Amino acid sequence: MEVATSAAPTALETFRMETRAWLEANCPESQRQSVKSYTDMYWGGKNPVFNSDDQKVWFERMLEKNWTVPHWPKEYGGGGLSKEENKVLKEEMGRLGCRPPLYNFGISMLGPALLKFANDGQKDHFLNLITAGKLWWCQGYSEPGAGSDLANLQTSAEDKGDHYLVNGQKVWTSFADKSDWIFCLVRTDPEAPKHSGISFLLIDMSSEGVSTRPIKLLSGNSPFCETFFDNVKVPKENLVGKENAGWTIAKYLLTHEREMIGGVGDTEQKTPLHKFALDHVGLENDILADTILRGDVAKWEMDDAIFKMTISRTMDEVKAGQSLGASSSFFKYYATELNKQKLELQMSLAGTAGNQWEGEASDEGRLPRYFCRTKANSIEGGTSEVQLNIISKRILGLPSK
Amino acid sequence: MALVLTEEQSMLKSSAREYLKENAPVAALRKLRDDKDEKGYDPTVWKAMAEMGWASLTIPESYGGLDFGYTGLGQILEETGRTLTASPLVSTVLLGTTLIKQGGTEAQKAALLPEIAEGNLLIALAAEETSAHKPTKIAATYTSLGKTHAVSGKKVFVLDGHVADKFIVSATRDGKTSLLIVNADAKGVSVERTIMMDSRNAANVTFDNAEAILLGEEGNGIAVLEATLDIARIGLAAEMLGTTCEAFDRTIAYLKERQQFGVPIGVFQGLQHRAAHMYCEIENCKSVVIAALQAIDKGSKKVPMLASLAKAKLGKTLQLVSNEAIQMFGGIGMTDDEEIGFFLKRARVAQQTFGDYNYHLDRYAKMNNY
Ligand SMILES: Cc1cc2nc3c(=O)[nH]c(=O)nc-3n(C[C@H](O)[C@H](O)[C@H](O)COP(=O)(O)OP(=O)(O)OC[C@H]3O[C@@H](n4cnc5c(N)ncnc54)[C@H](O)[C@@H]3O)c2cc1C
Ligand SMILES: Cc1cc2nc3c(=O)[nH]c(=O)nc-3n(C[C@H](O)[C@H](O)[C@H](O)COP(=O)(O)OP(=O)(O)OC[C@H]3O[C@@H](n4cnc5c(N)ncnc54)[C@H](O)[C@@H]3O)c2cc1C
Repeated sequence: MEVATSAAPTALETFRMETRAWLEANCPESQRQSVKSYTDMYWGGKNPVFNSDDQKVWFERMLEKNWTVPHWPKEYGGGGLSKEENKVLKEEMGRLGCRPPLYNFGISMLGPALLKFANDGQKDHFLNLITAGKLWWCQGYSEPGAGSDLANLQTSAEDKGDHYLVNGQKVWTSFADKSDWIFCLVRTDPEAPKHSGISFLLIDMSSEGVSTRPIKLLSGNSPFCETFFDNVKVPKENLVGKENAGWTIAKYLLTHEREMIGGVGDTEQKTPLHKFALDHVGLENDILADTILRGDVAKWEMDDAIFKMTISRTMDEVKAGQSLGASSSFFKYYATELNKQKLELQMSLAGTAGNQWEGEASDEGRLPRYFCRTKANSIEGGTSEVQLNIISKRILGLPSK
Repeated sequence: MALVLTEEQSMLKSSAREYLKENAPVAALRKLRDDKDEKGYDPTVWKAMAEMGWASLTIPESYGGLDFGYTGLGQILEETGRTLTASPLVSTVLLGTTLIKQGGTEAQKAALLPEIAEGNLLIALAAEETSAHKPTKIAATYTSLGKTHAVSGKKVFVLDGHVADKFIVSATRDGKTSLLIVNADAKGVSVERTIMMDSRNAANVTFDNAEAILLGEEGNGIAVLEATLDIARIGLAAEMLGTTCEAFDRTIAYLKERQQFGVPIGVFQGLQHRAAHMYCEIENCKSVVIAALQAIDKGSKKVPMLASLAKAKLGKTLQLVSNEAIQMFGGIGMTDDEEIGFFLKRARVAQQTFGDYNYHLDRYAKMNNY
């Protein structure tokens, strides 16, 4: 099993060396630290807001290299990288700590669905806008009566010849108030069985009749909204796939959302939990001073390290561009439960100081606010229970009746 | 290296599965137990394993081996974990071969490894002295008799102790720890077979000035023992992976088959979610086992860390899965007629072997300086 060391570097090794050199030369120092919250991220959009010059420079350099979405085809403004090259790029970005230059639901959720289901015109138009960071997208799935039972959605789109007339309400729409466009599930056939009357529609948020109302979260932030559609006219060309065939697209998109939440392909190097523990609790006789929490921290770190190996193994097993299908539910479930446990442990390790909600000393309650936010991890994108249902039925083949 | 098997490794795995299903299923272990078989393993099966090359997988070609690597051996062990096959694979191949490769002199390797490869020589490691795994706390001692040595001490939980031809014993002299080879028929060796809950072989062995020769250099005992134990922990984790997967597969099959309330019990969400959670943990087990096996073959510095990760994770998961299996089988799972109970019993012995969950949790924390 000796690896030859004298041979000429492979194309992939050359790519790695060039990538490393380019990132080192081009990624500004401030963009090499992990993001603390969504406000540190660049989301793109019609009215872009950069929170620093470095952020702008980093985005523009990556855009010029077509590396905002490196693994998409070149014709849509992607980098055209192979699965292996993309892995190398992510590893090298992870090594330096480089932030992704652009965050957007267009990249992580809508794009894969468009690549698979949209017509050529739609792909050409929307995918290029996504890679260029020109549109901020939000997701219009959930409704007051359609959460876990998503297919129960009632927002209607009535066929009016050249357009659809959309009426109804979405809820929990993350960033609806900041977004330019929404990808939306609508009911086009109220008579059909509930899964068979749904269509997948793209709607311009500046259309007449669209309004949003922010909802405040436990953390005090309000990144999401209720979204209302009141006689909104949507051109028919904004329908993706066939009318009433939207459920398949909706589910496919969810597998990508779950992969993203599940950290698949995520190479960011996070500070180890035991460093946090040592900072807050310290050592006594060479071991963490709180011996009970020490066991909990070690258990968490072991589970986390091993879960990362599963991500690598899966990436090695799946073919390029292939969706993980039902196993995205495993990643979503496991990653979010791990993250919640981590914040539970950090709250324990921080003691009463970790309960401070305001003031400079606590960085305006960064820890407890984030702790609160993590509770949504196992709700958004489909709850943990829903993921376990999917694993039971789709992977284990357990019966429903 | 990609965390997937090569084609050769996959083929070895599937041929092992075929062979074991036919020739060494759980029923064979039950028979050894019920017959109170003196050897505790089936020599015909062991001979066949050797003929198929399983005893030579990790032996270099220059000593008559196949040099196929630990990832390959791990596939065999995983399959024996599915069938709960009792064989000298752990004692002689995983431990014995590794000890000799890591610590033996050239002459010892040349003399012993080909014999192991042929299936003619059984080795047992006599290291443990207490019920808790403390491999470096050694009370056994040895003295020098010039060319040879004499070992004294009491060792417990010696796997395959009552069938081994030779022991490799850890002992100290003047603050130095060494490994010594003792013939099973040497004067001063007394062996008491202990019947364990998993019906696999173990023994307490007492050495009273038993004649011994050093395995390799004097004073390198701890290093060789630690390196070997790490490899053994990973190999055992591979075996435990097979046991976990088989217990899980049988449980899922039972959930689909057992009818209550007019439906298969697999309909009930109270069981479904627990099954789905086990599936997730098993996916993680697969990852850590293959990563750890590949690390041995690469000679990676991460082997000790991965050994603790693998042994801890498999210990915890096999415990979970074997407990849930019994619970989900209901009353039938409590009977000796139903095979699922054998998995529970094997799980508990495997958990204690080469350090349990807590041992490796603590070790992992220490390796990370906390
Ligand atoms: C921070 C955050 C951001 C979000 N962003 C968006 C967004 O951008 N766009 C969007 O469309 N939606 C978004 N959502 C909504 C999210 O997808 C829903 O909250 C989620 O699908 C759950 O629906 P629900 O809240 O109605 O809960 P419910 O469906 O009412 O569930 C309540 C409880 O019942 C359990 N339950 C329900 N059905 C079952 C079942 N069959 N078996 C077992 N248990 C069950 C659930 O697991 C949960 O514990 C967001 C949510 C959060 C918290
Ligand atoms: C040691 C022992 C002594 C016993 N002594 C007696 C005795 O003296 N007299 C006597 O009459 N009986 C006795 N029993 C039988 C005992 O009451 C049954 O084993 C028990 O009621 C479970 O039934 P079962 O074994 O058929 O399991 P099953 O009903 O087949 O259950 C199998 C699994 O499915 C689960 N399950 C079943 N239905 C549901 C559901 N609706 N929702 C969620 N999960 C479900 C169960 O919890 C279990 O995990 C004894 C059992 C044992 C093990």
